[in-house]
Amino acid sequence: MEKFITLKATAIPLDIENVDTDQIIPARFLKVTNRDGFGKNLFRDWRFQNDGGINTDFILNQSQFAGPILVAGDNFGCGSSREHAAWALTDYGFKVIVSSFFADIFKGNALNNGLLPVQVSPQFLKELMTTITADPKTKINVDLEAQTIGIDGSNHSEAFHIDAYKKTCMINGYDDIDYLLSKRETIKAFEKTLQA
Amino acid sequence: MGKTLFDKVWDAHVVDTIENGPQILYIDKHLIHEVTSPQAFNELEERNIPVFRPDQIVATADHNTPTINQHLPIKDELSRKQLEQLSENCHNNNITLYELGHKYNGIVHVMAPELGITQPGMTIVCGDSHTSTHGAFGTIAFGIGTSQVAQVFASQCLLLTKPKSLRVTVNGKLRNGVLSKDVILYIISKIGTNAGTGYFCEYAGDVFENMSMEGRMTVCNMSIEMGARGGMIAPDETTFEYVKGRKFAQKGEAFDKKVAYWKTLPTDDDAVFDKEYHFDAEDIEPMLTYGTNPGMGIKISEFIPETSDASFEKALDYMNFKKGETLIGKPINFVFIGSCTNSRIEDFRIAADYIKGKRKADNVTAWLVPGSKQVEAQIIEEGLKIIFDDAGFELRQPGCSACLAMNDDKILQGEYCVSTSNRNFEGRQGQGARTILASPLMAAATAVEGKIIDITKQLN
Repeated sequence: MEKFITLKATAIPLDIENVDTDQIIPARFLKVTNRDGFGKNLFRDWRFQNDGGINTDFILNQSQFAGPILVAGDNFGCGSSREHAAWALTDYGFKVIVSSFFADIFKGNALNNGLLPVQVSPQFLKELMTTITADPKTKINVDLEAQTIGIDGSNHSEAFHIDAYKKTCMINGYDDIDYLLSKRETIKAFEKTLQA
Repeated sequence: MGKTLFDKVWDAHVVDTIENGPQILYIDKHLIHEVTSPQAFNELEERNIPVFRPDQIVATADHNTPTINQHLPIKDELSRKQLEQLSENCHNNNITLYELGHKYNGIVHVMAPELGITQPGMTIVCGDSHTSTHGAFGTIAFGIGTSQVAQVFASQCLLLTKPKSLRVTVNGKLRNGVLSKDVILYIISKIGTNAGTGYFCEYAGDVFENMSMEGRMTVCNMSIEMGARGGMIAPDETTFEYVKGRKFAQKGEAFDKKVAYWKTLPTDDDAVFDKEYHFDAEDIEPMLTYGTNPGMGIKISEFIPETSDASFEKALDYMNFKKGETLIGKPINFVFIGSCTNSRIEDFRIAADYIKGKRKADNVTAWLVPGSKQVEAQIIEEGLKIIFDDAGFELRQPGCSACLAMNDDKILQGEYCVSTSNRNFEGRQGQGARTILASPLMAAATAVEGKIIDITKQLN
């Protein structure tokens, strides 16, 4: 897993609530058996018209907005557990998703793929949306070590929460399998105690 | 302080606790299917890690399987390869697979309970968010991502932070025509799609106590639609009776010993939940959704709310509905009865009971998709297929089908589908398709009438 420490970059405002994983990556693209190439179908039915033409109304198709940070509406990533959603976002180039609320399974999947979910207050989310929309060149500072997110060039920032264990994993690029494998003997001992 | 049902099952499965971090939770059963497992197998192979406990894994093919002509080779190359990959992975790792055509094949959340794989007090995971279904047995069951599928392959464990506890209590007597599906759609419409995020839910009260196991599975299935990782119902005589005698259930004394343990699991009287909701059964009516998430639901007698909000308006725009209007009388061309929410024998009995002696409306394409080969066989055995055939309904073969439209079972662009499935997201049942979630009774009535009707008027 790729390490994440800090990021200073522009962001894309996706001002839609309840973005579900079916929108992030529709089921018809889940037929492949590897993890690669999902970015081209990220938000497929919002980015493209049914005839394959570009939907110019959609924010990802507006060239003034670019960057590895996606600022999205409340309850991002709800619905299906498909990790393909996290793969599609990272493959497209996103490294951070900011929202006022994340669905549980998506949040876990993101963390397992080096994609940092940053939960902010609804007020700060609104400020981020407004600021970026008004000036797409606005840079956002994300500091995982300090657990802060702020608007560059201003004193507007907020602290965010992350599980201490997951923070260590993100900063060092560790994943859970390494840890669990190191615990195999403890797990075997536990199995012996289980109710038959 | 007493413990909740969830606490008791969780605590019995904690292997170890990381200081200031998550716990290592032991997983009893791991269910897998073709869509979310291949990348996990790849990862293990790349890292040269063997599958730790293959005997505790059961596989089925369901998401991407055709629901007609299952005996023929699958035409779509990617789908065929995905199923072949599952077979190869299971074979190479000594994992039991109920592949397409096998007498135990079916939707993972229908197949496992009916075989007695799912039992009270267990921890069960699957790379599918509707794994919450198994909570109907008083089991901790939840959906996981593919990285976690790989973790369970490697260690039969997951690193998790214990979620908070939530209890939804519904007491009273359900009205005529109100089914378990209406109960859960009602709850989600009241508390919203993220009220349960960060929580594990317990459903309590006489409404759930009086439900069949099929009904309880429908309720627990949709826990994820209110954001809860899982939902549970305390095991009782209904549960024990359901599990008893099933293929993988213990026999004789061993079963009695299990039951004695299961009886200790219900929540203690003095247990405290982090959050509680109470509802009155009499307030529930047949439900319908009008928007693009399962929380956007109304009673059949209600009108679409007049909410001013960009996301709300975007949803109505997609559905081509107006604020303040009723759904009664809306013409409908597609009806789907199936999915891990409503594809068990009870659902088809309800549909057949309504349909008997009536005929499907000519404008409607109606797909009935059983949840498993066993359900399909039972439909035929009980004579329900004849009722469906006579009424012009199409009984297809088992699979996830039009619930997620991964195979060819897609609803056409712009069309409405009254569906017994669990998600009304944009494009969920096909690009541009518009889903209205409902109970099997409402779906059957819609298919017969060719439009949405107030079913309560016919029943009262």
